[in-house]
Amino acid sequence: MTTSRRKFIKISALGLGGLATTSSAFNMFGVNSYLDAAVKENIAKKFVRSATYCEVCFWKCAAWAYTDENDDIKKIIGNEDDTHCNGRLCPRGTGGVGMYSDEDRLKTPLIRTTINGEETYREASWEEALDLIASKFKDIKEKYGPESFALLKHGSPGSHLEHLFKAYGSDTIAEPAYAQCRGPRETGFGLTFGSWIGSPEPTDIRDTKCLVLIGSHIGENMHNSQVQEMSDAIDNGATIITVDPRFSTAASKSKHWLAIKPATDIALLLSWMHVLIEEGLYNKDYVEQYTFGFDQLKEHVKPFTPEWAYGITTIKPEEIRKTAHIMAAAAPSVIVHPGRHVVWYGDDSQRERAIAILNGLLGSWGNRGGFYFKESLKVPKYPHPEYPEPRWGWKDIGKQYPFAEMGITSELVKATLPSEDNEYPIKAWMVAGTNLINTLPEREKTIEAINAVEFLVVIDTMPMEITGYADVVLPECTYLERYDGIRSATNRIPSIAVRVPAVKPKYDSKPAWWISKQIGERIGLGDYFDYNDFEEVIEWQLTKLGTSLDEMKKIGVKNFERTSGPLFLEEGQEYEFYTPSGKIEFYSQQLANKGFDPMPVYTRHPEPPQGFYRLNYGRSPMHTFSRTINNPNLNDLKSENTLWVNPKVARILGLKKNQEVWLKNQDDIVSTFSIKVRVTERVRWDSVYMYHGFGHNNKKLTRAFGKGVSDTELISQTVIDPLMGGTGLRGNFVSILTENPHKTSEI
Amino acid sequence: MRYAMVIDTLKCVGCSDCVVACQTENNVPHGYCRDWITESVSGSYPNVELELKSERCNHCDNAPCVRCCPTGASHIVEGGVVLVTANECIGCGACIESCPYDARYQHPDGYVDKCTFCHHRLEKGQLPACVSVCPTKCMYFGDLDNPNSEVSQLLKNRKYKTLAPEAGTNPHVFYLI
Ligand code: SF4
Ligand code: SF4
Ligand code: SF4
Repeated sequence: MTTSRRKFIKISALGLGGLATTSSAFNMFGVNSYLDAAVKENIAKKFVRSATYCEVCFWKCAAWAYTDENDDIKKIIGNEDDTHCNGRLCPRGTGGVGMYSDEDRLKTPLIRTTINGEETYREASWEEALDLIASKFKDIKEKYGPESFALLKHGSPGSHLEHLFKAYGSDTIAEPAYAQCRGPRETGFGLTFGSWIGSPEPTDIRDTKCLVLIGSHIGENMHNSQVQEMSDAIDNGATIITVDPRFSTAASKSKHWLAIKPATDIALLLSWMHVLIEEGLYNKDYVEQYTFGFDQLKEHVKPFTPEWAYGITTIKPEEIRKTAHIMAAAAPSVIVHPGRHVVWYGDDSQRERAIAILNGLLGSWGNRGGFYFKESLKVPKYPHPEYPEPRWGWKDIGKQYPFAEMGITSELVKATLPSEDNEYPIKAWMVAGTNLINTLPEREKTIEAINAVEFLVVIDTMPMEITGYADVVLPECTYLERYDGIRSATNRIPSIAVRVPAVKPKYDSKPAWWISKQIGERIGLGDYFDYNDFEEVIEWQLTKLGTSLDEMKKIGVKNFERTSGPLFLEEGQEYEFYTPSGKIEFYSQQLANKGFDPMPVYTRHPEPPQGFYRLNYGRSPMHTFSRTINNPNLNDLKSENTLWVNPKVARILGLKKNQEVWLKNQDDIVSTFSIKVRVTERVRWDSVYMYHGFGHNNKKLTRAFGKGVSDTELISQTVIDPLMGGTGLRGNFVSILTENPHKTSEI
Repeated sequence: MRYAMVIDTLKCVGCSDCVVACQTENNVPHGYCRDWITESVSGSYPNVELELKSERCNHCDNAPCVRCCPTGASHIVEGGVVLVTANECIGCGACIESCPYDARYQHPDGYVDKCTFCHHRLEKGQLPACVSVCPTKCMYFGDLDNPNSEVSQLLKNRKYKTLAPEAGTNPHVFYLI
């Protein structure tokens, strides 16, 4: 966030001298405001717009990319008809232009080679790079079976490559978005309501009377329509309650901010349940009709009084009661939000269970202002031969975690580490669209696994830390330069959106669908790629859906009527939930059967030792993880992160604003780079905070290199969620170093 | 006609979308901006307050930047919009010094640039780029001379402030508080 305008301007002003030579530029487009109207009209007409959906984050807002007469992308504007964005992109989507124009992009395929004893990359043709990759696919299959080739992915390119891997016979597939992010909430809500939350979250925020955020920082995470709806809720006078040890932006919009002691959320949730039940404030009809295990729950939460919770959470009993009363008064038009990045302390699925149960008590699931019944359109599968049945895959690798429903990236990493008794040995990786080095905790392990694989191919648009470890690097073109799968998302109404290239791929970059097809054909899987261009695939699918590529190019987004019934429950309506009991499960027999707590309990988590502070991290509204930091447009808004420190801590340690410090964690891991101190009352004295994604150490990222500290490199301890394998990341502690610990060594 | 912008600080999340949208709309070179975000924090933990604001040229009625401009490049057009004619600007920077809001910058091409309320869009009946993208819809734009306009109504019914009123510039960007 820019706090000082002077600082924002990085280039000093030119004096008079520059004037004479540049005056001709004044007549060019947009150089300054006051061109004559006719000229402007003329220029504006030359803009051509192409339908796309944004890939700067997973929200996938439909948009129009505007290109000028030089085939340069000038701006990207939200599609008015799209429910993900309502015509307004978030800053990252607006700044998506920079993804295309970034001159640091990967430009050609690269192959690792040794020159004079030094490892380096040499540029290669696609032909050569693809041949090499194909030979490795064959090789791994022959030596170990196709299962030993793993795909680690994120975003749209992932689905094209997933097709390749499944055709090849490997289901050893995972994405960090599950076990390093939102997995626990899907498990917690799945066990309770029989339904995943999914994306976008089916929260009816715009019509809610009360929105409760547990550590969820909407507004700093720019999950677009959700941010928009929070703003609508503010307009409508909704009460926002935010539980967060940090005074987040959302907290500043809240009537009640509960400044909770970190790692104690479950205690608060249990005591809220206690108040609702003991004071008879829960939604009785709803609980009666739709839930299972209320009596057990009542018994279970009896001891969890607000006074009990006060001792744990530091939130005053009267505040706990008051906020419980507000929720009850708003019910069923209340949302206790599941959050999104929820891998915190290892008991995260159980915390999400507690959140789900609280929603059940309030009757918000299936009610206006609570959670709606989402719906999406099924896009027909383009015909291809059946996939072979792999001998093992992600499920087997994660079998220790009975409630895992997707591949656990961190477990795939473990299965890659050499060991004698490894049932599921992974020998090669393809990494697409995810910077594993900055995504996974316990970096040492990731690097050990990387060193162990026989082959690593990385597909990305940008040089990232992970690309530096690859044997082969393939430059993917950006979302603005390619066709991709049809976006069909869950929402209030079903909708589809298309992505059409606005411009030709820059440099020698290629779309992921083409890469998959090329590899597929080289390893005898041509039948799975029975088309010349991906355009044909979506054309075929769109026709099946009753539209056409031509129509979709003109409208970008098409909305459909619901067919699954109303958004909300009707009064007293019979409804069967997809749980074993057919009801909302307060008590989970499924959990009990597997030896887990059938109802959530609070457990104490480690606290920072003397001289250490809990390392908390979150999102900057201008960036998506580590992948946008080098984007010229977004880097302009925020180029480095700062370390948020409470003034008390600053006083004790003698820290000044903007002072450069280094961080050292409980395992003696020292940050590679320094970070500037931000002294602020917005953070507690027992923790420090920073934006995630900064501290890049790939020199090829000319803007992002060395700017700020990577929180991920300091996360060397994780607590694994025993239900689904999520990696709890918030139990790491740092001390603050004021002297450069790297003085003698070179970075 | 008197254009004004009204920004609801209760809804702004400080995301800077308004900044990027302005930069792409108006070809503002990297490293410069016509609008920017300020964050002010008051109180002490856990009784903290935070105000986020999107700031820009206030299109002042009593604009010192226009008064001090030696060439007349800085001028006021219909609707009260303060503009700079690039090819009349000699880049002397007097206006930059005179503006109490630090709203102007020297373009690398030598002239002075700043927010135009997206005058080129207004002419086409479009909203300024920042207003049109803001995800929280916390920015409003319209005609203060029309008592029924959204901006007039907001200022009638809500509490608001302007920046540095003591400077006597009579600014036309209003902040709902
Ligand atoms: S939320 Fe922002 S970054 Fe994500 S898809 Fe939408 S516009 Fe793009
Ligand atoms: S786009 Fe809107 S919400 Fe975002 S910073 Fe600007 S005014 Fe605030
Ligand atoms: S804000 Fe500054 S630049 Fe804009 S009109 Fe007022 S004095 Fe002039």
